[in-house]
Amino acid sequence: MALKHKTPMLDELTKGPWPSFVTDIKRVAERKPECDDLLGLLELSYKDKEGHWKHGGIVGVFGYGGGVIGRYCDRPDLFPNVAHFHTMRVNQPASKFYKTDVLRKLCDIWEGKGSGLFNFHGSTGDIILLGTTTDQLEPIFYELTHELGMDLGGSGSNMRTPEGCVGKARCEWSCIDTQDIIYDITMRYQDELHRPMFPYKFKFKASGCPNDCVAAIARADCSIIGTWRDKIRIDQEAVRAYVGGELVPHGGADGPEKRPLDIQAEVIDKCPTKCMEWDGKNLKIYDEDCVRCMHCINIMPRALRPGEDVGATILVGAKAPILEGAQLSSVVIPFMKMEPPYEEFHEFVGRMWDWWMEHGKNRERLGELIQRLGLREFLNAVGLQPDPRMINTPRYNPYIFYDPADVPGGWTRDAKAYRERHQP
Amino acid sequence: MPFDPNDIMKDRLTDIGPPKYDKFFPPIVKENYGKWKYHEILEPGVLVHVSETGAKLYSVRVGTSRLVSVDFIREVCDIADKYCDGYLRWTTRNNIEFLVTDESKLRPLIDDLKSRSNWFPIGGTGASITSIVHTQGWVHCHTPAIDASGIVKAVMDDLFEYFGSHKLPAQVRIALACCLNMCGAVHCSDIAILGVHRKPPFIEHERVQNVCEIPLVIAACPTAAIKPKKVGEYKSIEINEARCMFCGNCYTMCPALPIADQDGDGVAIWVGGKVSNSRVPPMFSKLAVPYIPNEPPRWPTVVKTIRKIVEVYASDARRYERIGEWINRIGWERFFEKTGFEFRHEHIDDYRLAMTTWRTTTQFKF
Repeated sequence: MALKHKTPMLDELTKGPWPSFVTDIKRVAERKPECDDLLGLLELSYKDKEGHWKHGGIVGVFGYGGGVIGRYCDRPDLFPNVAHFHTMRVNQPASKFYKTDVLRKLCDIWEGKGSGLFNFHGSTGDIILLGTTTDQLEPIFYELTHELGMDLGGSGSNMRTPEGCVGKARCEWSCIDTQDIIYDITMRYQDELHRPMFPYKFKFKASGCPNDCVAAIARADCSIIGTWRDKIRIDQEAVRAYVGGELVPHGGADGPEKRPLDIQAEVIDKCPTKCMEWDGKNLKIYDEDCVRCMHCINIMPRALRPGEDVGATILVGAKAPILEGAQLSSVVIPFMKMEPPYEEFHEFVGRMWDWWMEHGKNRERLGELIQRLGLREFLNAVGLQPDPRMINTPRYNPYIFYDPADVPGGWTRDAKAYRERHQP
Repeated sequence: MPFDPNDIMKDRLTDIGPPKYDKFFPPIVKENYGKWKYHEILEPGVLVHVSETGAKLYSVRVGTSRLVSVDFIREVCDIADKYCDGYLRWTTRNNIEFLVTDESKLRPLIDDLKSRSNWFPIGGTGASITSIVHTQGWVHCHTPAIDASGIVKAVMDDLFEYFGSHKLPAQVRIALACCLNMCGAVHCSDIAILGVHRKPPFIEHERVQNVCEIPLVIAACPTAAIKPKKVGEYKSIEINEARCMFCGNCYTMCPALPIADQDGDGVAIWVGGKVSNSRVPPMFSKLAVPYIPNEPPRWPTVVKTIRKIVEVYASDARRYERIGEWINRIGWERFFEKTGFEFRHEHIDDYRLAMTTWRTTTQFKF
């Protein structure tokens, strides 16, 4: 079947070695008129150099406030099959492992009731079903829950779908059970995930080690990053094997060739705290100076491993620029064991959310509220004591907000006594 | 029981959450959970993880366009059924990993993937450029200044040699966000492609009171540039255009303030961010090129600009240095000199906390 819309500009994107989304959409467009219209609309955007989607409307499934994003095109006169083209977010299994039977069933549902187009996956981690009509939302939701055992993810001012790295499922460095933590958070806060109740979005992400493969420190309002408190485990024989050229440095990340590792230049000199020494036979690590950056472990994965006293550093407040500028997460709990049932963590989350919901303005992320009211206010609210691990440096301005309770006599002054000591 | 459109509460399931994480684990992952000892990249895109039990799990990583169809996913399933007992996973950067336990199936899988035209490029491991994480762009978003999928396709076509090889000093993570909302969180990427507006929104006075909550629009402006104003009979707003920095937040709150513009919009390129803590702490991306016009369908200036950054970095950086570490070593004056990018007033911060980015030392290079 010939496609209705000519797409000469988009056709240029069918060329080249990288997989082409245009080629992919085109083959579905042969049998799905909405995909044909989607290509036509996109071609119009390429011509106009402006997008052609309107703001989302209020659509969703009954009882949920999130998980569906309404989408309407602004040229339904030209492209009636994408007049309504809503997005559904499906909560992905932690770390995105799948079995083909579930993916095939998902394809069947989505071929029948939607556009047949996905994002695998969206930026926050959900499987994105890209384009359906209002009347299909409930049937799709019913089939997702009944046939696949899958549920919608978050959108709007709610907890967004949490995400974690591959963790203990397939990584030797994971200091925490990221899958279990993410699953626990997701299940415990289903209400917060599906029914907007916050000032704005709230994201949890968990990475198993400071390499931070899900970018938790840059993207999550609450970042859970695995770490350890004791010593790096060393296999001295394996260190010698790297230096002797018997093992491939960096796990082969720079190429599969075995070559003698220049341990001084490639490991010791790259250590941020210079906490290592190599005497030609043994590697000495002064663990008290180590900041657990992972570089030496990354370069010699068969010789070095994280320690055994493992847990997580909890950081808060990361976000992209809108509104107050981009922020990274800041350390608030340097170490927490993070063992099931994670009660200590959840108590912290409860206090954090209470404070944010009480003080946060509309569309104010947690990190922005902390910036506005100060980290001390936050620490007070969640019951944490100050710790030098929370800062890069103590302040260098002298403008300290003191509490009257911290000053003898409070802020009450005896004017008469003052004037007895000083003439006006 | 099938869905009953006349009784949507019948047999309704809600808040069941996602399938439990181990439901789709291959048996080898269940058996070796938390017992992995080390990994190696055997060739670009092919990993082996070795357990303390001696078990070996091979993963073959392929790049995708992220925006994919049911036909594509079904083909992926055919491959996973044939070689991987039906198990596979996706990475955070939208790559697929085919998980193989039977070593004899590894080479046939790789050969098979390579035989399927350009759908399944193998790579994205180690010191490479892996799939570009990105947002929706003109394909499906309501606030974009640029397309996403098209730019990503054009850039990855050009940088393809770096996807399936390990010839860079370190990994280079590229990300794209089609507006300042940054759903793609590009703000800590080695190279970030960001859609930007350059014209203040215009006001459709006759629509504002019907489609917008005026107090929310006013509160949404980070520079307090919006005030309420009666325009004729309409309750509307006015914008102090000199204070607008084109974030688009007011448009997000009010569709009667269109900001997209075919001449105003385009691409900014940022460099030097990272999220990992290895060696140096995480860093934000910084502005390299403030504006490149939208040039669909192949975005040649964006492609050329990114190639320039990658090539200068590849020839100049030391082993393991990320782009941000390399720039910190050579200095920004050298970065602009070596890339040939023009240094303009836009590079000097004039927003909040701008002072933290100005030079307060005589230590610089001539």
